[in-house]
Amino acid sequence: MGDEKKKNNVVQEVTTSEYKYGFVSDIEMDTAPKGLNEDIIRLISKKKNEPQWLLDFRLKAYRHWLKMKEPNWAHIKYPPIDFQDIIYYAAPKKKKQLSSLDEVDPELLETFNKLGISLDEQKMLAGVAVDAVIDSVSVKTTFKDTLAKHNIIFCSFSEAVQNHPELVKKYMGKAVPYTDNYFAALNSAVFSDGSFCFIPKGVRSPIELSTYFRINAANTGQFERTLIIAEEGGYVSYLEGCTAPMRDENQLHAAVVEIIAMDDAEVKYSTVQNWYPGDKEGKGGVYNFVTKRGICKGKNSKISWTQVETGSAITWKYPSCMLIGDNSVGEFYSVAVTNNYQQADTGTKMVHIGRNTKSTIISKGISAGHSNNSYRGLVRVSKKAENARNYSQCDSLLLGDKCGAHTFPYIKTGNNTAIVEHEATTSKISEDQLFYCQQRGIDMEKAIGLIVNGYAKQVLNKLPMEFAIEAQKLLAITLEGSVG
Amino acid sequence: MKTNQKNSRLLSSLLSYYPRLPENSNGHPVVSEIRQKAFERLKDIGLPGNKDDKWRDSGFMDIFNREFKMETEPAPYQKTINEIFECEIYDFHSEIISVLNGHYYAKDPEEIRTLENGVRVGSILTAQKEFPGLFDQYFGKIGDDQTDGLKAANSAFFKDGVFIYVPDGVEVKDALQLIKMVNEQGNPFIASRNLIILGKNSKLTFMHCDDSINHLSSFINTFTEIHVGENATLELYKLQNLNDESALLNNTFIRQGRNSRTSAIVLSLNGGKIRNELHIDLNGEGAETDLSGVYLMDKEQHIDNQVYVNHLVPHCNSKTLYKGVLDNKATGIFRGYIYVKQDAQKTNAFQKNNNILMTSDARIDTMPFLEIYADDVKCSHGATVGQLDDEALFYLMQRGISRENATLLLMNAFTSEVTSKISIEPLKNSIEDMIKKRLRGELSICDKCILHCTVPDKPVEFEIDLSKI
Repeated sequence: MGDEKKKNNVVQEVTTSEYKYGFVSDIEMDTAPKGLNEDIIRLISKKKNEPQWLLDFRLKAYRHWLKMKEPNWAHIKYPPIDFQDIIYYAAPKKKKQLSSLDEVDPELLETFNKLGISLDEQKMLAGVAVDAVIDSVSVKTTFKDTLAKHNIIFCSFSEAVQNHPELVKKYMGKAVPYTDNYFAALNSAVFSDGSFCFIPKGVRSPIELSTYFRINAANTGQFERTLIIAEEGGYVSYLEGCTAPMRDENQLHAAVVEIIAMDDAEVKYSTVQNWYPGDKEGKGGVYNFVTKRGICKGKNSKISWTQVETGSAITWKYPSCMLIGDNSVGEFYSVAVTNNYQQADTGTKMVHIGRNTKSTIISKGISAGHSNNSYRGLVRVSKKAENARNYSQCDSLLLGDKCGAHTFPYIKTGNNTAIVEHEATTSKISEDQLFYCQQRGIDMEKAIGLIVNGYAKQVLNKLPMEFAIEAQKLLAITLEGSVG
Repeated sequence: MKTNQKNSRLLSSLLSYYPRLPENSNGHPVVSEIRQKAFERLKDIGLPGNKDDKWRDSGFMDIFNREFKMETEPAPYQKTINEIFECEIYDFHSEIISVLNGHYYAKDPEEIRTLENGVRVGSILTAQKEFPGLFDQYFGKIGDDQTDGLKAANSAFFKDGVFIYVPDGVEVKDALQLIKMVNEQGNPFIASRNLIILGKNSKLTFMHCDDSINHLSSFINTFTEIHVGENATLELYKLQNLNDESALLNNTFIRQGRNSRTSAIVLSLNGGKIRNELHIDLNGEGAETDLSGVYLMDKEQHIDNQVYVNHLVPHCNSKTLYKGVLDNKATGIFRGYIYVKQDAQKTNAFQKNNNILMTSDARIDTMPFLEIYADDVKCSHGATVGQLDDEALFYLMQRGISRENATLLLMNAFTSEVTSKISIEPLKNSIEDMIKKRLRGELSICDKCILHCTVPDKPVEFEIDLSKI
C-alpha cells in the first residue's frame, strides 16, 4: 500500500510539471563554425586526433551523402533542413585527459545531477556504468575498474578509436554501412563521439551499461555513434537515455547504433528517448533521425530492442535485426507516445536469413493532441530462411479526435516453411474502463494514466527496473493535458 | 516520389499513337477533355516504376518493354458470345454483355438495350451521346489518380466499354454478366472503361469475367467506375481466368452513398499477371462494404491485390478478407489500405489477409495498412503467411484420405471462408467446383469451357478410397 501511495505521488508530481530537462547548462564550449564541407570534416577528425583511415571513411561517407536525396517516404512533415546552418561539432572545453572526477567541470557535474544521473562512482547509481555524452563528446565513463576486471571494454567512441583501433576498424560500418541511408551517411561523415562496448568471449556483463546523451549548445546537431560487439557467449544489457534543452529552433539528432552479436551472444538494448518535443504549439523540438541495426551474426544469438519514445518533435527510427545466424532471435518492444504536434514514424525491420530464426514485434502507439504516430515495420523472410517464425502485434491508442494513428506493416515472405503473423488494432480508450475507474473515485486524468500504463505494460516490463519507473513517469508527463 | 519509368516501349508506343486514336476524333467534348488531360499527365509522369511504393516488386514492370499493338478493330458480329465461349452455369440466369478486344460486342453495338424496369445497358461510346446529362454527371468523377500513369493511359486510350444504368428503386432480378475476352494477335494493349450507375434504393448483381479463349498474349487495362446510390445494394463478382501470357490490370472505383451496401468478391483463378485495384469511397453515413477475394496462383504467375477503403464520413463499416494460395514460382502482393478521415467517427473497419505458400520458390508480400485520423473507431487488421496445418493433414490421412486429397480438402476449406459468402447458390457451387478443379491443376483457362460447370449428374467430388478406411 505504502509503495502504491508513493508511486501515485510521483505520478502526480510529474503530471503537473513541464519538460523538466529543458534547462541550459552554462558550460564553456569548443565549437566548430556552422556549415558542412570537407574542411569541417577534416577539422572534426583533427580535433579528435583520428587516424587517416577514419578520416578517409568520413570523407567517403560525405561524398556519398552529397549524391543522396533526403528520404520522403515516411509519414512525417517538416520544413527542409538547412544542413549548412548546423554546427557539427560542439564539445565541452576539456583540460586534456581527465583522470578523476575532480577534474570535471563542476557545471557539468551539476548538469548531470539535475538530470538525476550520477557520475560519481561513490554514489553507485544502482550499479549502472554510465557513459555520458554531452553535445558531441563523451565526458565521463563510470565503473571503469569493475568492467576492466571482466575485460569488458566500455568507453567513448573516440577513446576506442585511439586505444582499440583494430576493433573499431573491423566492426564499424558493418551493420550500418555509410551507404545505408541519407542520415546514416551524414552521421558517418560528421559523427563526433558516442559509446563503444566490447564484450569478450564468454563474459556476461555483471552490470548494466548506460549512455546518457544530452544536446546542450544551441544550433548544434548531435551525431553520435554507438558500436556494441558481443563475442561468443557474451551478454550485455545496454541502456540509452537522452534529453535536450528547450529551444525554439529545431535541432537535428542523427545517430547510428550498431550491434554485432556472435555465436550464443545476447545484447539487450533499451532506450528511453526523451529529447525535447517542442512546445504545445509544436514550436522547436528535436528531429530524431536515427539508424539502429543489430546483426545476429552467430548461431543462437539474440538481439532485443526495447524503446520508449516520448520525446522529439519528429521521430524517425527503425531499430532492426538481421537474423543471419541459425536459430538467432530478434525482438522489438516499443512504446511510442506522441502529444501536441509531435510526429513519430517508427518501427522495426526483421530480416530472416538463417534457418530457424525467430522474431517478435510488440509495438504500442499512443497518440494525443494533434500528433501523428505511425508504426512502419518490415518482416522479410528470405528464400533460404527455413522455419522462420515471426509474430507481430501493433496496437494504437487514440486519445483525442485531432490525432492520427497509422500502421504500415510490410511482410515479405519467400519461404514456404515460414510462419508469419501480424495483427494490429486501433481504438480509443475504452469508455467502460474509464467509467470503472471513475466510479471508484479515480479522476479522469489519473484513470487515463492508469489505463495507458496498463496498455504499455507488456513493453515496460522488458525494461530494466530504473528505466521502467522513469518510463512510466515519462508516459504520464507526455500525456499530461491531453484529456479533453 | 517521381521515380516512374519514362522510356519504355509501351510508353513511347502510347505517346506516338495518341494523335491517331480513332475514338478521339468524333468524341463527346467532356470525354475528349478528360482524354487530353490524361494524355498530358501520362506524358508528364510516365508509367509506374519499381521505386514507386504502390508498384514496388510488381510483376508488371517487365512487360512495359514488350512491343504492343495499339490498334484493334471492332470484330464484326458473327456469333453470340455463347457460341464462341460457353460459360453456362447450371441454373444461373444472367444477362450477358460482351466485350471483345476492348470493343463492345453485340448484334447492334450502337443500340442501348432497355431491360426490365428500364435498366439501360450498352456501349459507353453510345451512352455518352445518348444520355449526355447522366453521363457527364458521373463519368470521370472518381478514380482521378494523379500519380498513376496506367490509370491515365486508360482515361486517354479507352476504346469502349460498358454502360449500365439502374434507375431509382429498381431491383434487377437476374445478374448482369460482363464477359471480356481477347482474340487478337500481336500482343495488343487494350484499354476499356465501364461506367455503372445504381440509382437510389436499387439493387444490382454484376459479374465481371475476364477470360481467355486461346493462348495469345495481351495487356488488358480496365477501369470501372461504379456509383452506388443512396440505400442501393451492389453485389459485385469478379472472376478472372486468363491464360499465362495475359496481363490484366483491373481498376475498380466504387463510391457509395448513404446507407448503401456493397459486397465484392474477387476470384483470381488463373492469369499471367493480374493486378486488381479496388477502391471504395464510403461517402454517405451508414454505408457498408464487404470485400473479399481468393487467389490461386501457380507456375510463374503474379497476382497483386490492392484494396483501398476510404472512410470519409462517420458510421460506416467495412470488412476486407483476402485469401490466397501460391504454388510453384508464383508471386503475390496484397496491399490493404484502410483510411479513416478525421471526423469519420464510429467507424468499424476490419481487414484480413491469409496466405499459404506451397513451395519455397513462391513469394508473397503482404502490406495491411491502417491510416487513421479519428479516435472513436474500431479498426483492426491481421495478416498471416503459413502452411497447411500438419496436424489437420495427419488427422485426415489417418482416416484413409490420401495426402493429395487431404491437402485439397484443407485448401478448399481455406478458400471456402470467402466462397461461402456468395449468395447465389448456383454460382457458389460453380465457383467452388472451379476452385476444386483449379487446386487439382485441371483448370487452366476456360478453354471453350471444358468444365461444363456443375450439372447435377456430374458432381465434382474428392475421391476417397473407401478400401483404405
